[in-house]
Amino acid sequence: MSDDAVTGIEAPIYLQYQFTAGRAPARFLQRLKAGQLTGQRCPGCSQVYIPPRGACPACGIATEEEVVLSDKATVQSFTIVYIPIPGNPIEPPYIVANLVPDGANISFIHLLSDCVNDEVHIGQRVRAVWKDASEWDYSMDNIQYFKPIDEPDVPVAQIGKLPVSGWGAGA
Amino acid sequence: MRDIAVVAYHQSDCLASAGASNEVELIMPVLRQVFDQVGLHNAQDVDFVCSGSCDYLQGAAFAFVAGVDALGAVPPIRESHVEMDAAWALYESILKIRMGHADSALIYGFAKSSPGELPIVLSQQLDPYYLAPLWVDTVSLAALQARLMLDKGAITEADMAAVVARSRRNALGNPRAQLAGEVSVEELLAEETYVSPLRRHDCCPVSDGAAAMIIATVEQAERWGKPYARITGIDHRIESHNLGLRDLCDSVSTRRAAAAAGVADGAVDVAELYAPFSHQEIILSRALALGESTAINPSGGVLAGNLMMASGLSRVGEVFRRIVEGEAGRGVAHATSGPCLQHNLVAVLEAA
Repeated sequence: MSDDAVTGIEAPIYLQYQFTAGRAPARFLQRLKAGQLTGQRCPGCSQVYIPPRGACPACGIATEEEVVLSDKATVQSFTIVYIPIPGNPIEPPYIVANLVPDGANISFIHLLSDCVNDEVHIGQRVRAVWKDASEWDYSMDNIQYFKPIDEPDVPVAQIGKLPVSGWGAGA
Repeated sequence: MRDIAVVAYHQSDCLASAGASNEVELIMPVLRQVFDQVGLHNAQDVDFVCSGSCDYLQGAAFAFVAGVDALGAVPPIRESHVEMDAAWALYESILKIRMGHADSALIYGFAKSSPGELPIVLSQQLDPYYLAPLWVDTVSLAALQARLMLDKGAITEADMAAVVARSRRNALGNPRAQLAGEVSVEELLAEETYVSPLRRHDCCPVSDGAAAMIIATVEQAERWGKPYARITGIDHRIESHNLGLRDLCDSVSTRRAAAAAGVADGAVDVAELYAPFSHQEIILSRALALGESTAINPSGGVLAGNLMMASGLSRVGEVFRRIVEGEAGRGVAHATSGPCLQHNLVAVLEAA
């Protein structure tokens, strides 16, 4: 009897899919390719979602109304990443932040850069730094990162509740 | 034991492709339909929610979590999921109600199978060491099963074609069906084989869509004041994953589940069987001991449209619908999972 342990087998399996994002996300991606952030408003609770998925998860009803959002946003939360991630071209330390764009009620995750890491804080005002328009695709990578702007901080209770017209002196 | 009532059911059209729609966009319309049938606002108005789906079908990890966006889960609801057909979500919901942890439940199943190659995707439910690496697809496995039956003399190709002809004819009365029409056994037998001995029409089509159901205690159903059917028995049994250990010409698990669910305790007016291949309907009819007096798959069954992860729940829903519409007094619904009818669920429904 052989005592050679079988420690693994090779079983390559390829599953191919034709992925579709969904009607609402497809609309979002089309507008994003044109350099615009859009959300959808719930007809029940009036919350605006980005990226929209076609439903208000709080009310469970379909969202139809499209809302054009600002590319200015507020830092809702953030973390400083010190660990290099394999395959990620970004050099640590870098900042990943939860950002709520003006006019929306929900945050998305993006990079925060062109800033002093130690001075980043919740409530800080930031704005998108877009790639050159010739490089725009169906991707949030159209925005390279967000960077701080000279506007007063948003109190925590107000984060995620700003109109699309913005906040404070710069609004 | 608390009696269970089916109160509402809806299924979307079986579509060859749902196009751009995502899972939430597939689920929401069928949920709206069942909420409206009972007069409910959203999932806040039931005690428990359980869904059935499989992320491998659309190739999106945690797609079932995204489906929760369709529910209205703020404030938080009690919710569960089975990576199976929603008939098993129904089973879980019934246990929940019988244990007294809920008086009502919403069940839904959904799948967008069209983005992938479904028979290959389903090969990944086989045992991971010997069969899954071979990519043995579901159609080939069903063909092996049909060949065994034909060579044993247990069925003829004409028997299989007769199942298909009846499915297509019955589906003419089902607006949700994907395949319907008047076609003769001779015409079907004249077609080429696809994966021998199966012809294309012996295999269910690939469909996108969703189905939903609301169940409750009989007391809650009466408070809602809506017509309902009672689920008087439900059971499920599973056979070995090793196809060589099974008698593929029989369905022992279906027979045992039927005995436990009490199928033989009364006349069976209608039976909706989840038979993805024509010869499997014959295996199931025999295992359930269905006779001439039972209308089998009056909806056309899944040969007319197969919503993976929802078709089993739909079988229960189709029997429910016929009972509340007065077409039947007592019926049997069957759901299956796995290759060659590996895992089977049987439910008995009766008029209130």
